[in-house]
Amino acid sequence: MKLFKYMIVGFMFGFGMWKLEAISTFRIIEMFHFQSFHMYGIIMTGVGAGLVITRLFKTGKVKTIQGITHRFNDKSHEWWRYILGGIIFGMGWALTGVCSGMMFVLMGSGHTVFIVFIAAAMLGTFSYGYFRKYLPH
Amino acid sequence: MYENFDQIHALISQPWPWWMGGITIGTTLFLLLYFGKDFGLSANLRTMCAADGAGEYSDFFSFDWGKQGWNLMVALGAMFGGYIAANYFGGDGMAHVSQATVETLNQISQSDILTVETVPIIPGRDIIHGYVPDFWNLYSWSSLFTLRGLIVILGGGFLIGFGARYAGGCTSGHAISGLADLQIPSLVAVIGFFTGGLIMTWLILPYILQIAI
Repeated sequence: MKLFKYMIVGFMFGFGMWKLEAISTFRIIEMFHFQSFHMYGIIMTGVGAGLVITRLFKTGKVKTIQGITHRFNDKSHEWWRYILGGIIFGMGWALTGVCSGMMFVLMGSGHTVFIVFIAAAMLGTFSYGYFRKYLPH
Repeated sequence: MYENFDQIHALISQPWPWWMGGITIGTTLFLLLYFGKDFGLSANLRTMCAADGAGEYSDFFSFDWGKQGWNLMVALGAMFGGYIAANYFGGDGMAHVSQATVETLNQISQSDILTVETVPIIPGRDIIHGYVPDFWNLYSWSSLFTLRGLIVILGGGFLIGFGARYAGGCTSGHAISGLADLQIPSLVAVIGFFTGGLIMTWLILPYILQIAI
């Protein structure tokens, strides 16, 4: 049960993203061509809801299940990593039309070839870890 | 009773409007914060590498990955979510993109194979939603054995895995959690995501998709 609740959260997220068509390459192509509000609407309402929720937890108005105020970690100010890493991630996102959460949803959706995609993503993550010291951060 | 179920089923099976994004993402974020965790799915890739023994090769993977089990469960749940949505609530299985996008897609494939009614949600055949034109049958094993499919699937996966860890987060970690926490680094990362996405979509992807081998 301790871990099962996370599966329910993931289930709702994956189900919702499928129904919102956020897993669709064609929706991603549409977004990068600025031809519809749909994807922007999803991100904007998501961030909007997130702003309120984050405020509630940060100010301690809502406590976590352990009864404490959730600690948010400030992100470091290593600008190069956000710029370069961001661009690389964005290129991958647009190339397959899939981001790191959606690959799991697509795998479940019956497109078993995504096991190769996930393996490639692991290889990418491994390469970053391996070459990290040579990269500007 | 059955009538009610059919009505609910029909309601959920419709394409969802964009504002459902706020509800879906909001609920996900709320529950994870309530459980004392942070929302970020790409961290699972690091966990999966560490679990496979990558710690031997880089300190980056030497951490207590056992504590990350909860996030793997989120990913597993997302997989089930995709399964149930596709198989039982898939509706017409179409992506409902705009007319302008259909024209863009047809321009890329240099044909008129797609119309607004026939752009599938996923560019690959599955058991339920039969027909996808060969040009757009990208997410399939047969496509993996073409140069084009290999670049799309292996290349995209590699870039995502590399970029997400380099940038310290992905669409969920930076674009949702980070922006919602007003983190300037996350804003920079999201601008990076869009810069990379625009470069790929406009300058590179059309040529990759036209590779015929």
